[in-house]
Amino acid sequence: MAQKKIKKNGFHPKIVAFACNWCSYAGADNAGVNRIQYSPHFRVIRTMCSGRVKPGFILKAFQLGADGVLVSGCHFGDCHYIFGNERAVELFEKTKKMIRLLGLEEKRLRLEWISAAEGTRWGQIIDEFVDEVTQLGPSPLVSEKTK
Amino acid sequence: MGDLTEIAKKTNLFNCLECGKCTSVCPISRFGGQYSPRLMITRSIQGHYDELLVDRQIWTCLTCGMCNVHCPSDVHYTEFTRLARIESNRSGQEGLCSHGGVFQSLTKIMTSSNLKQNRMDWASSDLKISKGGEFLYFVGCLPYFDVFFSDIGVESLEIAKSVIKILNHLGIEPVLLPNERCCGHDLFWTGDMINFQRLAEHNVAEIKKSGAKTVLFSCPECYRTFKLDYPQYVGELGFDVIHLSEFLAGKVANNALKFHALKKGVTYQDPCRLGRHLGIYDPPRQLLTQIPGLTLLEMPKSREMAICCGTSCWTNCDLTSKQIQLGRLRSAKQTGADLLVTGCPKCYIHFKCAQSDQNAADEVKIEIEDLATLTAEALI
Repeated sequence: MAQKKIKKNGFHPKIVAFACNWCSYAGADNAGVNRIQYSPHFRVIRTMCSGRVKPGFILKAFQLGADGVLVSGCHFGDCHYIFGNERAVELFEKTKKMIRLLGLEEKRLRLEWISAAEGTRWGQIIDEFVDEVTQLGPSPLVSEKTK
Repeated sequence: MGDLTEIAKKTNLFNCLECGKCTSVCPISRFGGQYSPRLMITRSIQGHYDELLVDRQIWTCLTCGMCNVHCPSDVHYTEFTRLARIESNRSGQEGLCSHGGVFQSLTKIMTSSNLKQNRMDWASSDLKISKGGEFLYFVGCLPYFDVFFSDIGVESLEIAKSVIKILNHLGIEPVLLPNERCCGHDLFWTGDMINFQRLAEHNVAEIKKSGAKTVLFSCPECYRTFKLDYPQYVGELGFDVIHLSEFLAGKVANNALKFHALKKGVTYQDPCRLGRHLGIYDPPRQLLTQIPGLTLLEMPKSREMAICCGTSCWTNCDLTSKQIQLGRLRSAKQTGADLLVTGCPKCYIHFKCAQSDQNAADEVKIEIEDLATLTAEALI
């Protein structure tokens, strides 16, 4: 359903999804195993932990033309590295402030906790996020590409 | 791959006497061991360009200019490094980005023409700024540093607020640009000239549009870039540029600034861009000595001998950088000063970062403050 709407608009957002190795990446895998149909307009980057996703990574994604960035990790208390996702929250808040300074809509950035069993939820969140970003339109940051 | 012969000629590399003074004064080789400016020059003269351009060492230099000052045969080593980095960058090489590459991305994002920043939120109502006028204050990256380095206790926007307070004290209401971009200093020194050119053109156009005649800087890097590099790449600027310390030194001479006494011993860290690159050593000192009660205690290595703060252009921050920073902090503490005054927001951030280490010894614990913040504090 969501996909059809996007096609009408003629704009397919580019979404970068950082997924942690232990929960969210497995969750995305689970979505595939369960053959859940959801929007294809995202690229997954696997990191060992959501706490690894530094502000620099997110800004780099925007610099290279991402329209939205999703950071996802284990639920609180489930982190493979005990408090990696708490670190992720700190870093995410910092990034959010920088994104605000740059004049970018805060909705283009999202932090979610998705466990390895929540394949359906992964699909739902991606659909939701793709819809939201489609409504916002292309990122204004897409620079004249040099690199 | 690229040929550096032209660059080597231009920067007087063939004048090298192999005396090794550059290496003996280089802060990196003092603490880092491996790196040697002299060896880099020798390798270039011998023509090992292919090898040199992919070497990590080319990104190690701090471009602090210490070797230039000491070289008896006028070799412009920092300029050589910069030009070689352009060549190296063309072949896809880059330095190791610190902080996960956030500032590299930030500066490149700044080149985007549709960018509409929200960078003016800090200018609260008690700070008087005007829409148009003769004076423009170029804030630089301070709003971004303020967010990014909040966890090591850096409040870099205090510098910007202080500058406006000082200017208001003098009866000046400066213009601020809501859409100013990074000056491109870091891109300039890491060889990305295409993006540098874009930023330079944008900033100069914005300033010209504002109609300001004088642009004031609190950041030595922005100042250097505007003063020396922009005219080369975008032609005549059409407005004057001046650093806050120079501007205020002129004002204190006329007793235009009224200070109350601050009982403190301070020592001053010369930023490499302001000091060795532009030769501005006295104005900050004139300003400091005009504040009653303040005693200026010089570190053994000051002015053109001042040691760099350890990292530049947000690249290659490593153990060597930390050693340089700790060494400098130790030397500041040994002067017996209560306060280390920095003239550059980056020196301030780097020293704060070195101190934020939990294992940092008491011998490096010294309060750090920016020149603008201290001046604003002393105003009546």
